[in-house]
Amino acid sequence: MSAHIPEVQSTDELRQKWMKPEIISGSEILLRSLLLEGVECVFGYPGGAVLYIYDALYGFTDFKHLLTRHEQGAIHAADGYARASGKVGVCIATSGPGATNTVTGIATAFMDSVPLVVITGNVVSSLIGTDAFQEADITGITMPITKHSYLVRDVEELPRVIHEAFHIANTGRKGPVLIDIPKDVSANKTLFQPGQSLKLRGYNPTVIPNRLQLDKLATAIQESERPVIIAGGGVVYSGAHEELLKFVTQTEIPVTTTLLGLGGFPSGNELWMGMPGMHGTYTANQAIQQADLLINIGARFDDRVTGKLDGFAPLAKIVHIDIDPAEIGKNVKADIPIVGDVKTVLELLNPLVSRSHKADAWRSKISEMKKNKPWKYIDSETELKPQWVIELLNDTTNGEAIVTTDVGQHQMWAAQYYRFNQPRSMITSGGLGTMGFGFPAAIGAQMAYPERLVISINGDGGMQMCAQELAICAINNIPVKIVVINNQVLGMVRQWQELIYEQRYSHIDLAGSPDFVKLAEAYGVKGLRASNKDEAKQVWQEAMDTPGPVLVEFVVCKGENVYPMVPQGSTIDQMLMGDSE
Amino acid sequence: MMMKSHAISVLVNDQPGVLQRVSGLFGRRGFNIESITVGQSEEMGLSRMVIVTQGDDKTLEQIEKQLYKLIDVIKVVNLSSKPMVGRELALIKVKSEPAERPEIMGVVETFRAAVVDIGTNSMIVQVVGDTDKINAMIELLHPYGIRELSRTGVTAMIRGNA
Ligand SMILES: Cc1ncc(C[n+]2csc(CCOP(=O)(O)OP(=O)(O)O)c2C)c(N)n1
Repeated sequence: MSAHIPEVQSTDELRQKWMKPEIISGSEILLRSLLLEGVECVFGYPGGAVLYIYDALYGFTDFKHLLTRHEQGAIHAADGYARASGKVGVCIATSGPGATNTVTGIATAFMDSVPLVVITGNVVSSLIGTDAFQEADITGITMPITKHSYLVRDVEELPRVIHEAFHIANTGRKGPVLIDIPKDVSANKTLFQPGQSLKLRGYNPTVIPNRLQLDKLATAIQESERPVIIAGGGVVYSGAHEELLKFVTQTEIPVTTTLLGLGGFPSGNELWMGMPGMHGTYTANQAIQQADLLINIGARFDDRVTGKLDGFAPLAKIVHIDIDPAEIGKNVKADIPIVGDVKTVLELLNPLVSRSHKADAWRSKISEMKKNKPWKYIDSETELKPQWVIELLNDTTNGEAIVTTDVGQHQMWAAQYYRFNQPRSMITSGGLGTMGFGFPAAIGAQMAYPERLVISINGDGGMQMCAQELAICAINNIPVKIVVINNQVLGMVRQWQELIYEQRYSHIDLAGSPDFVKLAEAYGVKGLRASNKDEAKQVWQEAMDTPGPVLVEFVVCKGENVYPMVPQGSTIDQMLMGDSE
Repeated sequence: MMMKSHAISVLVNDQPGVLQRVSGLFGRRGFNIESITVGQSEEMGLSRMVIVTQGDDKTLEQIEKQLYKLIDVIKVVNLSSKPMVGRELALIKVKSEPAERPEIMGVVETFRAAVVDIGTNSMIVQVVGDTDKINAMIELLHPYGIRELSRTGVTAMIRGNA
């Protein structure tokens, strides 16, 4: 059963027609330009400053527009769309409060290098700077969290600006670009000529790496006895998963994938060690700490990965591959810096490398560690354990679904217990850690792939941050399977309070939460609940068999913690292993 | 690590908001700004900023790299790494009763500065030079009483054909 999402009409002929020079309004220029950039789906919310744009959207069927119930929903959905599809996500919001409601979403996308074009309306040009009704300096507010931004002063600039914005958003290190359009600019008319030329002298991302550095890396691999790869979001974003697999198959170097790198390397592979860092595996963290060569491919040495910086990978020669030169040396000094697109780097590197015998003992040591310290938790026959719930989801979907998560304990359990085998199948807010992200992001991912299974895993806290988007699922029959792992508390905060703040449980009790099943039903979405294993299996099967959106609440035990855990300020081999130890 | 003063020249698109982008970047990444000057460059549509900042070599490298990430930044040159000319202009309004004037004029002349305005009991001295010279001038005028001081910040260039 496919979604009731409006059909897109656009054809090549239509696109050709839209290319014609014609005198039209800024709003129509915007829509045509979006179309010419290949946009299929836009998420938005109208208001005074974008009314000309929405007027032009009346009856426009060349791309889909989804009216969310909050601008935060719109921008996270655009983000989820972009992460799932690899295309640019587009969001429209009105001036002032509409624009400021997108700020969290822009920051989320910025931290995780997600390509977005965010279109905001603004008050008419002559009122800018006068504290006019619904005026906010959104370009100023978002400067630190956008890759670039434009305040369009003249309708003539619009085609060029849009063309540049898409180019900037989706090349180099990707990221959100804001286009702020005053109301008069969207109303004014001019001769439309599609934006084609790019005049960006200050913007030339380095895609092709320096050959000498690649040779150095190839030699370092031959010489190393304890090599380790950290693969990050860059692998996924540059579409380099096949090249990475080839690289690993040839060199047989053990791999750990960061939260954003999950799915960039098949979790079933023998050389995969799991996730590194704060909630990473024993094996991954020990391997990094003992490594003599650490090859970072498209990860940015976030503090959740490195733990205490001095003391991180103390024995290793560091190789850092990144498209953004500013990442190299920012947190960890690189001995072999390689600037370039990850896919291109690996393509050029693969012919130069082979398996090194010096690391044979290391490989057996790693598989030994994996065997002796696997993921584990103490299961229960009376209560639902959240880890068990994730395993249930994994088993029934064979790891084939697109999974989005919100932020908290459930996010870490999803990262640990779901087996990601495909790129772009794990969608989560890594850098900013934005609660409220997971559910609307799933809507976006489902818009990109109407036929695929999309599961959104949420906590009972975060679910309440964008729950209003249930409406969107209901009306458009967007078949997201919404999972709420209900532990009745702000679980991750509770965990910190238990372990670090002497069990002083300050303001984490979520008493007063709605009945999630009824909440779903109130919006016209099917709601189901399970409190033990039998119910869980049954209810989840029912959810899978139901076409259209379903919310499934799993009532789980309250006090479970995420282990292993590296307390902040410790090196990553100083891990709390928890009760399972 | 050695904290040093560095002058960095940044060629940017002459766009509204570009100064905000650059200074905002310094602020939010914890880089220090001692002075910042902006004005036209040799090319239409491009401005040149000269920023004086303090930091060790690692910080300086990050500053350059982060600046290059801004789309409106076209070229970043670390001027302090080469022989350069750095100049600043200061206007100093100094208290001067008629009797003190000759004395002050003496200081002004030694520094090849200029008196650009004289009031009944104050005068404005204009001095151009490197930062040390301006600091020295201010120090010498201090005893007379400085009423107002305004410095432009450093602008700079590499010597020779570079
Ligand atoms: C917008 C936002 N506010 C606050 C936080 C801090 N925070 C991180 S995890 C967490 C608890 C999440 O609780 P819940 O959604 O119930 O998920 P659980 O940890 O129980 O799985 C909080 C409050 C955040 N990450 N994002």
